[in-house]
Amino acid sequence: MGARAQPVSRTTQFFGAAALLIVAALVLAPVLALLSKATFGSGWAVSAWPSIRFTLFQAGLSALISVAVAVPLARALMRRRFVGREIMISLLGAPFLLPSIVAVLGLLAIWGRSGIVSDALDALGLGPLDIYGLNGVVLAHVFFNLPLAARMLLQGWQAVPAEQFQLAAQLGLTPRARSRLIEMPVLRGAAPSALLVIFMLCMSSFAVALALGGGPKSSTIELAIYQALRFEFDLAAAAQLAIVQLAIGLAAATFAFRFAKTTRFGGSLGGPARHWDSGPASRITDALTLGAAAIFILLPLFAILAKGISGLAPGLPPGMLAAWGISVAIALASTALALTLALSIAHLVDSSRYGSRIEAFVLLLLATSPFVIGTGLFILITPFVSPFALALPITALVNAALALPLMLRIIRPALGRVRANYGALADGLGLAGWSRFKLLTWPQIRPELGFAAGLAAALSMGDLGVITLFAPPDTQTLPLLMYRQMGSYRMDAAAGTALILVASSFALFYLFDKGGRRAGT
Amino acid sequence: MLELENLEITQSGFSLAANLCLGEGQIAAVLGPSGGGKSTFLMALAGFLPVSGRIRWRGQDISGHSPAERPISMLFQENNLFPHLDLRQNTGLGIRPDLKLSSADKAAVDAALARVGLRGRGRDLPRTLSGGQRQRAALARALLRKKPLLLLDEPFAALGPALRRDMLNLVEDIRAEQEATVLLVTHAPEDVRKVAKTCLFVEGGTVSPPVETAKFFAAPPPAFRAYLGT
Repeated sequence: MGARAQPVSRTTQFFGAAALLIVAALVLAPVLALLSKATFGSGWAVSAWPSIRFTLFQAGLSALISVAVAVPLARALMRRRFVGREIMISLLGAPFLLPSIVAVLGLLAIWGRSGIVSDALDALGLGPLDIYGLNGVVLAHVFFNLPLAARMLLQGWQAVPAEQFQLAAQLGLTPRARSRLIEMPVLRGAAPSALLVIFMLCMSSFAVALALGGGPKSSTIELAIYQALRFEFDLAAAAQLAIVQLAIGLAAATFAFRFAKTTRFGGSLGGPARHWDSGPASRITDALTLGAAAIFILLPLFAILAKGISGLAPGLPPGMLAAWGISVAIALASTALALTLALSIAHLVDSSRYGSRIEAFVLLLLATSPFVIGTGLFILITPFVSPFALALPITALVNAALALPLMLRIIRPALGRVRANYGALADGLGLAGWSRFKLLTWPQIRPELGFAAGLAAALSMGDLGVITLFAPPDTQTLPLLMYRQMGSYRMDAAAGTALILVASSFALFYLFDKGGRRAGT
Repeated sequence: MLELENLEITQSGFSLAANLCLGEGQIAAVLGPSGGGKSTFLMALAGFLPVSGRIRWRGQDISGHSPAERPISMLFQENNLFPHLDLRQNTGLGIRPDLKLSSADKAAVDAALARVGLRGRGRDLPRTLSGGQRQRAALARALLRKKPLLLLDEPFAALGPALRRDMLNLVEDIRAEQEATVLLVTHAPEDVRKVAKTCLFVEGGTVSPPVETAKFFAAPPPAFRAYLGT
């Protein structure tokens, strides 16, 4: 029963309101600081325009390419059954957990100036590839988001009843007619939201821009903020840019809410094979698509593994252990915080009449790029205390904010399910407050909590964003250590760090996810 | 006495009215076609749906009470047990919702389980039980809650004839022991004849007042004849 005859309980209201306040303060205080600092005099637009243009262009291009390539990939995955299909679908989830800076290193090993592809081209006399700039940024974004787009489209396809495909086969529809009758409606539903989500992700993927962008021609807004804060210490310029980033982010997010459908994370995408709807030609196309996609995703991963192992052979590089400890501590702290906030808000959202509005408000708040929040916090605290001193707590805080929307999207439906299945029963028995959480909610949503916490921990572990603004030279997280190693061309050491980083991210995810499922019913 | 005065339940595009009194200590069958509102009627009595009008129990207005405050235990068609709690815990919720049970409470839980034929199954999880056993465990919890009104929303519909007969006997025993008043939604006329003293007919947006079972079957309303197909 979905009825909400009962008023929202006091506890739910209290914790929910407190969490909302914290989140609102976390976003609004920095934004106010930015607004107070930003002065839009004449001429600022001239200096900001190139980075704005590049940000929009690379994000748009990345989204278009990702979705365009995802269409044949999703179609092939949908209608073929082959050994390793499940693995392939799991593989599509891997880039999501892969720290950006690690992926960049893997991509460099394949596509970089001295990577495998350049070597091959060199042998043919075609010269090495240049991966820095637009090419590299888009390549990295496609690497991250092609799998995401494919999963989103695949979900859309899977929602089509099997009978429609059977009917199409029975009626002997040509591929063109089938595409018009079945595929186009699916794409019309799923593609816009995939485009928007990917556009937003590419707008604010600082680590990729930091490692592969740069220079006046290929600097994103976030990269320009970083340079203004870190090298020029120009707070006003940073604030202006952050406001611009915020405005674009909010516009895109508002747009996305109109179209975007909830994406399901994890879980297998099974269902019956639908291979009867294709001839031999499409079989070959599908095989080529699947093979190319697998190679595109797998090669950088193998490169990280191979280079990482040889990079670690001389022993742990200096500073690695300390950086590892800091990263794990930040990951655990931000996960705990994000989990508490997400649970409190999800309860309120689930039980309040205004739930969907509250949720939209929170998601919108957090569509603000974490980098913008970081910039605002930097400006906010600089008059009082050295930003360096608070590097770690602020990173944990911002990472928690980063994970919150994702967690909310996982936890809220789980709470809704518990209420639908057992709400009336629990109400009838007077199961309320803490007892209700302990005896009913917690055991029921543990798998989702574990999964969400695992994602949060892995994302925090691999994040290279706000920490770059605040970190003093002697303090670093693993991703920052890795970036600094790459910056000083110690690529072997960086590869070693990358391997440790990936292993730690995946281990954290695995431990939380497993912990959630243990003894689950 | 249960009195329903101008009770009206309105859900999107559906409404149900009831104006009736029901004597205590009896089993009353709630009959009617599918989708007629039998479950809705019980859900509203139990406080899960917003209503207008009055629900009085022994003269006291309980329309504003929360489900837990009402003198009511309700059994749904399924999902009466929390799947992650064992039978002892599921049943113990009937004594204390926070499950802080004294040793006397625990003994009472075990006795209730034994009473419904689940002796020694206290540590088992619901999924290891058959459908009938799960409903027995839910009945054990209702026993412990000692609420004077027991609402049964087809909890035995999925059971075979022999099992259903056993369950009905159990319900009848509970009614006799606890002097409870039972409202039983069912689709089976033989169940009604076996245990129900009166019948309430839910159809066309109204719950008609109770009629003695013998009279009801002697002169069934036309809609009920259509429903039976006789």
